[in-house]
Amino acid sequence: MLEARDLELWRGDRRLFKGISLAVHESELLHITGPNGCGKTSLLRVLCGLTLPETGTVTWKGRQVARSRTDYHSEMCYVGHRESLKADLSAFENLGFDLGLRREAGPEVVRSVLEEVGLARAADVPSRSLSAGQKRRVSIARCLASKARLWVLDEPYTNLDVAGREFVDEMMTRHLQNKGLVLLVAHQSHGVAGQTVRQMEMA
Amino acid sequence: MMDIPGLGTAFVLQVKRDLQLAFRHVGQLANPLMFFIMVTTLFPLALNPMPRLLEAIAPGVLWVAALLASLLAAEGLFRQDVDDGTMEQLALSPQPLALMLLAKTIAHWLITGLPLVIMSPVVGYALFLPRDAVPTTMIALALATPILNLVGGSMAALTVGLRRGGGLLSLLILPIVMPVLIFGARATDMAMTGVDPAGALYLLAALLLLAVSLTPFAMAAAMRISLD
Repeated sequence: MLEARDLELWRGDRRLFKGISLAVHESELLHITGPNGCGKTSLLRVLCGLTLPETGTVTWKGRQVARSRTDYHSEMCYVGHRESLKADLSAFENLGFDLGLRREAGPEVVRSVLEEVGLARAADVPSRSLSAGQKRRVSIARCLASKARLWVLDEPYTNLDVAGREFVDEMMTRHLQNKGLVLLVAHQSHGVAGQTVRQMEMA
Repeated sequence: MMDIPGLGTAFVLQVKRDLQLAFRHVGQLANPLMFFIMVTTLFPLALNPMPRLLEAIAPGVLWVAALLASLLAAEGLFRQDVDDGTMEQLALSPQPLALMLLAKTIAHWLITGLPLVIMSPVVGYALFLPRDAVPTTMIALALATPILNLVGGSMAALTVGLRRGGGLLSLLILPIVMPVLIFGARATDMAMTGVDPAGALYLLAALLLLAVSLTPFAMAAAMRISLD
């Protein structure tokens, strides 16, 4: 469903990567690994449509992402290095806004998703007082609630304890079972098993 | 493809959220207004408080202060959203970025521009601005401050990716908004001397329409470059 062909990206006068092609299909997880600074995050940003590559194309369901941004973005959810939360607003308010842009859903949907990720009691405190793990849970809740087919996760394990890592693994496993797609960048190994998991090494 | 909420819903959501955030930091919100009041009230103190002198400089002082106050506010328009990553999510949402940034700018105007319009009679009083010129000045300011915010927003979107864009931002905005300053001050001046200021007001209104229709796309394009 997601396909990239022959991507090349330059940053200033340095070439980050060249000739990268990949494809992710239904119920599949692609784990991208590589040393620091090899361009993993940049590759993800290209695949999201945040960065334009020098050459190459990204297609979603056979259509070029750059030309059908709205369709692509309504089916994709990105979790970046930053949690994208307004520190002054609660998890409930943050999520309510993000969700409001993506689909028609009442406040009860937001509540139930926050409950699902184990934040029922922390839903109404300002996000600045949430722990790193709790903030990550809000980010995952955003993916769950938006009903996105494609999850793009950039280092989702950072700052997480064992329970937090297991939570991320469990959510990814469930998403794959629901015919979702996951693009994962992480230097650790992940805990999702099965034939639907592939790994790609960047040099 | 999923059903995504309409443009109006997204627009209202964005405006509401920005107002909500602004009201949690009332101090920051009052900054441009404080600047406007301070600059305009310092002139009578520093100069000879002769009514005739103050009346003569009133349009200039009023308009320059309003311009500088909105310049001051432009820097912070997108900075926080880009720093905390919410701008990324906005760029990756299925809603058009131009619309969302227009909503942010309008919320920003309600917080920083509208208070200037409301306070202008008081400031005008301190500068011995004739009473007849007050309504015209308010209308002109109400037309001009959104233009200043919209132009400021496009330039802020362009420089938000730079670490130290502050000085550059003023250099980018000032030349473009000169017509606003000229026609705005002229409108006040015309009303003071009893000439019909309609011409200057129409020109300001035309500039506002131009800004509303063009700057959202400039903002979105600039923001995508800054996020790249």
